[in-house]
Amino acid sequence: MQKLLLLGDEAVAQGALDGGMSGIYAYPGTPSTEITEYVQENKYAKEKGIHRDWSANEKTAVESAIGMSYAGKRAMACMKHVGLNVAADAFVNSAITGANGGLVITVADDPSMHSSQNEQDSRFFGQFAQIPMFEPCDQQEAYDMAYKSFELSEKFRLPILMRIVTRLAHSRAGVERKEQKQQNEVKLPSDPRQFVLLPSIAKQSYKNLISIQDKLIHDSENSEFNKYIDANDKKLGIIVSGIAYNYLMENFEDRNVPHPVLKIGQYPLPKAHIEKMFKECDKIVILEEGYPIIEDQLAGFLCNEKILGRRSGTVPRDGELNPNIVAKALGLKQPELNALPENIKGRPPQFCDGCGHIDMYNALNEALSEYGTGRVLSDIGCYTMGALPPFSAINSCVDMGASITMAKGAADAGLVPSVAVIGDSTFTHSGMTGLLDAVIENTPIVVCIADNSFTAMTGGQKSHAEDKIDNIVKGIGVPPEHIRVLNPMKKHHEEMVNVLKEELAYKGVSVVIFRRVCITHYASMMKKKRAEKK
Amino acid sequence: MKKDIILSGVGGQGIISIASIIGYTALQKNLHLKQSEVHGMSQRGGAVMSNLRISDKPIASDLIPFGKADVIISVEPMECLRYLPYLSPDGWLITNLKPFVNIPNYPEMEAILAEIKKVKNHVILNADDIAAEIKAKRSMNTVMLGAAAPFLGFTTEDFEIGIRGIFGGKGEEIVQQNIDALNAGLKEAEKFYK
Repeated sequence: MQKLLLLGDEAVAQGALDGGMSGIYAYPGTPSTEITEYVQENKYAKEKGIHRDWSANEKTAVESAIGMSYAGKRAMACMKHVGLNVAADAFVNSAITGANGGLVITVADDPSMHSSQNEQDSRFFGQFAQIPMFEPCDQQEAYDMAYKSFELSEKFRLPILMRIVTRLAHSRAGVERKEQKQQNEVKLPSDPRQFVLLPSIAKQSYKNLISIQDKLIHDSENSEFNKYIDANDKKLGIIVSGIAYNYLMENFEDRNVPHPVLKIGQYPLPKAHIEKMFKECDKIVILEEGYPIIEDQLAGFLCNEKILGRRSGTVPRDGELNPNIVAKALGLKQPELNALPENIKGRPPQFCDGCGHIDMYNALNEALSEYGTGRVLSDIGCYTMGALPPFSAINSCVDMGASITMAKGAADAGLVPSVAVIGDSTFTHSGMTGLLDAVIENTPIVVCIADNSFTAMTGGQKSHAEDKIDNIVKGIGVPPEHIRVLNPMKKHHEEMVNVLKEELAYKGVSVVIFRRVCITHYASMMKKKRAEKK
Repeated sequence: MKKDIILSGVGGQGIISIASIIGYTALQKNLHLKQSEVHGMSQRGGAVMSNLRISDKPIASDLIPFGKADVIISVEPMECLRYLPYLSPDGWLITNLKPFVNIPNYPEMEAILAEIKKVKNHVILNADDIAAEIKAKRSMNTVMLGAAAPFLGFTTEDFEIGIRGIFGGKGEEIVQQNIDALNAGLKEAEKFYK
């Protein structure tokens, strides 16, 4: 079969489709978005009616996937690493309920924070939930692991965490497909109480989860994804996980590493392999993308001096790896490099020409000028770029939905008026519940909803908020006379400033909706529609 | 055969279309390929780069190591400088001369040119003007590919097949414009190495 040229994300999607997946659930988030988009565009998925619509947020996505697993079918939920925080309640408890149909949670981490607020390592969550994990090194393994993950999930009746990183998610390479597996039929769990986490049941389920751990280790020791590649020079042993394996091999002609290498792709860690390396090698260096998770498990609190990695200073404590960092950790000779010229200037991302957010911020800055700066709590989306010059209009970006609740807390503290700026999609992701808090207490805040009808930052996905915001806001209980809808354009500047001033003076909850479609994604949507008509 | 190529520019300039043509061409030759892209926030007018690796042997890393790139192709002059530590001592720096100024502190062009000229093997061309001259304004990227073509290990005929593969769906006119752009870039670059 001819190889497909796929992004790591797409390889996960194709592997899941070929592995008999019946539904994918996700909220867009870089670098995970393309997994779901691939399924959405896939012909087979369309023909078979595989579920592939976006979810409101990561929590609803994981819960829906658990529901599909409950009903006996194979389901995957996908998200970026911080999305797993949103879904953590469902995720951790799914380890206690266990799976019925294969259940896989794919999380794309973003070490070095290319498009994120932190570089948390999802393997930590996998360990926390005590479930098996896959960590592919390349696109082919991403495919193979996704393909196999449902079977492994059904074998142990546990959810599987699949962890990828940006550099794999957004890199293309050839991938060979396997035979298409059929989807499961609907089949309820054999134990009708499996998914009922009443304390009396959960206590037993948790004991089962603990008792299965040795079996999971045994499975890892025999996994095709964990390889012990022996070699003669035992002064050093190398434990390498995920994509770091490629960076290691890049440094050795024809992949001839003189030291024993333990390649990790499946967790929990294969204990027998590690014991062998510990016994036979003088020192062990650990190359892992993200947190020092393997290193901590081996060196622990006593910092065994034999173990080298991110904690020992052999590898930098933060940031993503690359072939050069790995070479340095192994003491290999580095070439002389061209210096970086001094006069290169940073080029941060910025608003597209004609973007409505520009007009919103110009109006907001003017309306707030009489109150002084430092009152605008914002959120995650294109509009976060309002923090950059020339606007310098917002004072926070913490997590999805935090704008409204932070504005409430600031107002509670006496910073009145406080303002929230949140996008339409972020509002339906997790802004709505915070608005309810403010309405219940009639907190004096102005919530600006930048409504451009798309989840724009991640590439223009359909927003759950489309045509729904006004009714949601009304339904939550914002007084109708304090729900104002504006069209953010230069020619409406005066009107916007006046409306904002009125609402800033009001001592209760106001919602000002700045409604103008995202010009970038609207243009591409229309182009696509025209092409489809042809 | 092994070529490590860095493509650079500003989000929205379309460096991925260059990568697509090279990638398609490489696949026709049954070569191994790895191509990393920038998605997400930086696509909005920020600095973007793509690693493109082609080889007749399997490729390990998705990222090109520092000091190992055979070619940097940049559609913007300041952006090519950002990736100089990746360029190998014998590597070629191929850059567009036309600046994309969307920051207030964009450096003086003279300073940028001086840095480019410090690189032993360089090609500088105004790909925007060349594309406009041959009435293929939107093919600036393909002009840049043409300028880099001699250093990529493929013939122009190979690339014509690549162009047909990528743009074939858009009609013969677009294909021809891109082939013209490829040849125009190739011709303009010749003076730097002949």
